[in-house]
Amino acid sequence: MKRDANTQRTFTRRALLLGGAQGALMVGLAARMYYLQVVESEQYKLLADENRINLRLLPPPRGRILDRRGTELASNQQNYRVVLVAEQARDVSQTLDSLSRLIPLEPRDRAKVMREVKRRRSFVPVTVAENLSWEEFARVNVNAPDLPGIQPDIGESRAYPHGQTMAHVIGYVGAVSESDLTGDPLLELPGFRVGKSGIERTREDTLRGSAGVSRVEVNAYGRVIRELNRREGQPGGDVRLSIDAELQSFAMERLADESASAVVLDIHSGHILTLASTPGFDPQAFNIGLTQQAWSDLTSDPRNPLLNKAIAGQYPPGSTFKMIVAIAALEAGVVAPDQKVFCSGHVELGNQRFHCWKRTGHGNMNLVQAIEQSCDVYFYDIAKRVGIDRIAETARLFGLGDTTGIEIPAERKGLVPTRAWKQARIGEAWQQGETLVAGIGQGFVLTTPLQLAVMAARIANGGIPVKPRLIVDGEAAQTPAAESERLPVSRTSLELMAEGMRRVSNVPTGTAFGSRIREKGMEIAGKTGTSQVRRITRIERETRVLRNEELPWEERDHALFVAFAPVEAPRFAASVVVEHGGSGSRAAAPIAGDLLRRTQEIDKAIRGRVASGAPGPEERG
Amino acid sequence: MALVDDRRHDMTFFQKVANTNWFLVILIGLTAGFGIAMLYSVAGGDMSPWAGRQAIRLAVGVSLMLFVAFIDIRIWMRLAYPLYAVGLVLLLIVEIMGEVGMGAQRWLDLGFFNLQPSEIMKIAIVLALARYFHGLTAEDVQRFRWLIIPLFMALVPAGLVLIEPDLGTAILLLMLATAILFAAGVLWWKFALVFIAAVAAIPFAWDRLHEYQRERVLTLFNPERDPLGAGYQIMQSKIALGSGGVWGKGFLLGTQSHLNFLPEKHSDFIFTTLGEEFGLVGGLILLGLYTAILLYGFAAAFRARSQFGRLLAVGITTTFFLYVFINVAMVMGLIPVVGVPLPLISWGGSAMLSILIGFGLLLSVYIHRDIPIPRRPGLDPT
Repeated sequence: MKRDANTQRTFTRRALLLGGAQGALMVGLAARMYYLQVVESEQYKLLADENRINLRLLPPPRGRILDRRGTELASNQQNYRVVLVAEQARDVSQTLDSLSRLIPLEPRDRAKVMREVKRRRSFVPVTVAENLSWEEFARVNVNAPDLPGIQPDIGESRAYPHGQTMAHVIGYVGAVSESDLTGDPLLELPGFRVGKSGIERTREDTLRGSAGVSRVEVNAYGRVIRELNRREGQPGGDVRLSIDAELQSFAMERLADESASAVVLDIHSGHILTLASTPGFDPQAFNIGLTQQAWSDLTSDPRNPLLNKAIAGQYPPGSTFKMIVAIAALEAGVVAPDQKVFCSGHVELGNQRFHCWKRTGHGNMNLVQAIEQSCDVYFYDIAKRVGIDRIAETARLFGLGDTTGIEIPAERKGLVPTRAWKQARIGEAWQQGETLVAGIGQGFVLTTPLQLAVMAARIANGGIPVKPRLIVDGEAAQTPAAESERLPVSRTSLELMAEGMRRVSNVPTGTAFGSRIREKGMEIAGKTGTSQVRRITRIERETRVLRNEELPWEERDHALFVAFAPVEAPRFAASVVVEHGGSGSRAAAPIAGDLLRRTQEIDKAIRGRVASGAPGPEERG
Repeated sequence: MALVDDRRHDMTFFQKVANTNWFLVILIGLTAGFGIAMLYSVAGGDMSPWAGRQAIRLAVGVSLMLFVAFIDIRIWMRLAYPLYAVGLVLLLIVEIMGEVGMGAQRWLDLGFFNLQPSEIMKIAIVLALARYFHGLTAEDVQRFRWLIIPLFMALVPAGLVLIEPDLGTAILLLMLATAILFAAGVLWWKFALVFIAAVAAIPFAWDRLHEYQRERVLTLFNPERDPLGAGYQIMQSKIALGSGGVWGKGFLLGTQSHLNFLPEKHSDFIFTTLGEEFGLVGGLILLGLYTAILLYGFAAAFRARSQFGRLLAVGITTTFFLYVFINVAMVMGLIPVVGVPLPLISWGGSAMLSILIGFGLLLSVYIHRDIPIPRRPGLDPT
């Protein structure tokens, strides 16, 4: 028993030591806990937040583009798409097989999806198909239970309800390219779109808006768990245009098969109602992404669908330039309005012979008659008298030879030649014969259809230097130019032009009599133009000049027409250019006539609605 | 053969119930309840997949614990060596199966249950060593020749576990054996000798360690050196704990554990979730509960009349302490990451069961504390 007592004593001592050591170690643990959770706590709290909080950008909805009546020209539509979350799919390839039985799935897109799936983390959705029709989308939805990993999703994408009709004005949006990067973090979002041309491009800042920010909690794999808070961004602002969607559509249909352009503008405000260029293109194709084939089709088409011919097509103005020559001559005092010039069908200068379009000649012509019948010999004569530099000066007053400043990119200047220009550019002295050729709007002279419409507007509005514009600002919208800004051109000269142009469309001998508007109060005044594309050789001249129908398309003459309406108290100006259309009176004048008729009808309808107090389309917008 | 020869000290069922330390049972229940709450939290406020099943296991485990507790201490003494032998055989089977081609394996698949022989060994080694030293006099313990057998009793299973490879459990077994030898009265200088030998063996042992084990040791000393690799666990664990502060982020509101920044959040690293959600206060309360359990364990040891009971109680209590200390020190970055669960808290059936069986033995010591067990030559190891 003593031995047992001894054993027990030893045990008690040792057990106490053991227990004491354990107690001390427990205190050590408590001390470590205190150190981590109190002394160093702040540092770890910071690290914890860095761990879990991510900032996500919220792209703002892009602003709409509206026409003058509030019709949407560019808007955002729901984009029905299908995304694949790899981690939810048992077998990605099998899921895609099942999906391809419901919606068309190109092998190329399929390969892209498989690549994306491998590259990204398995919970990141990968877009499989976009821009599905409602039927396709519904089909996927119904079958969703049999498609593991497939999620029908609705995103937002740019929509152009008028398609081709507005493409040149509105432009299009596309994926951000390297050169678009400005430091705005929005631009780095995958799938973000920026304006690439047209209003979409020039008003990018207004339309884009600013990004919102969402602070989200993420887990260790980057999956979003929940949103902590968000700051909404500024949605993009709407841009309202002066374009009239109905008129624009009408113009595009009227020009449909031609390579042509048409402009209609308000002569007082400069607001452009129509800026049409054919053929058009589908702006949506650029948003989605063009295939190589579609791109080469667009760029190799001789009718050049991507070119906005109304502002970037440069054509010799032909006879539509005659008003400029006439005004220059009248203002210079080298011709009196009723002074006659005899037209024999041609005129000689040195050893050169210059022909009138009418080979038999017009006989004696005064100014108004010469415009009415577009007598070339008359204008050779007065051009020679006034000289190229005075003509150029006048042309610039009426907006030719320089950009008009319209709010879309890629506008061209055209060309108004002077002696100095030729010397500097070509290094040769100006020839007098070139003045004669310029007198009928041929030779070096180049204009855009928009410039021609502006020219017509400035003649019709009594010499107010109106500038064309597409965007309705609100305040500056209806302020007419002040009297002091009036062009240094006498009223009489302008009234003579208007009279000449009235006769073009309203007397039987006028070159556009066939395209007149008969309705009282809607009559138009205009001027035809036919500009030669090829050089007519002396031999051809001596035998027989080939008619347009006998020539290949690209050698035929351009057909032009400038006009304003109504003749009494004019309000609208228009220009129509049909590339290789033949003669201005046959190809361009009828289109311009129809266009101005429709312009006035629409205008009357709007005014009628406003006057009767019925809700106008504005309120609908 | 009757398991108990001396019927004079037999106790009735009611005596046993009356003698049970119910307060310890309640403490165990409280701690395990804390654990279930944490498992509920790490599942994002859900009873599945962990909390519900853990509660069922707890109920089964506590029943088993009481069953073990009511079995006469003398029966346990008789079963000590057989149980140790069974444990050893099972370890060998695992070893052989691993050799045969399944790679590293630590458990036997019994169909309904994965049995980890190392868990059995943790208890069996305590029983066997207590049984052995019960048969020695104070003088015997001083003699070296009596220590050869217990040394092998500890080294053989530790070696088998080490080559599984399970360094954590191997070290745990050795520390456990050391504690029992110490409590039994083995002389100080002998421990010093072994300690020196162990230190001398470190370079040798280092070469024999697996690459991942070396990684773990190295990252302990500098967890930041590879924040996405081996140091990730320790770093994230410290972030979760540290960001909890004094009062914690609140139940179910821990961000780091819920967002999966913490690996093993439901098993070995559950203490970090607790520290994150309940802060320093919660951590100290848990340590307090553990300390109370340890105190009861030592109290049982002091009150036992037999050396077997005393050593058994100290052994079980020390096992428990080692679990707690290794786990908590590990998640706080004090020692390398070794696979040791937090007792009564971590998810895991095997560990829960072995700990509760251990507590059953501890309770048995307490219930049968007044039964003297003579040192009889017939059963003495010689």
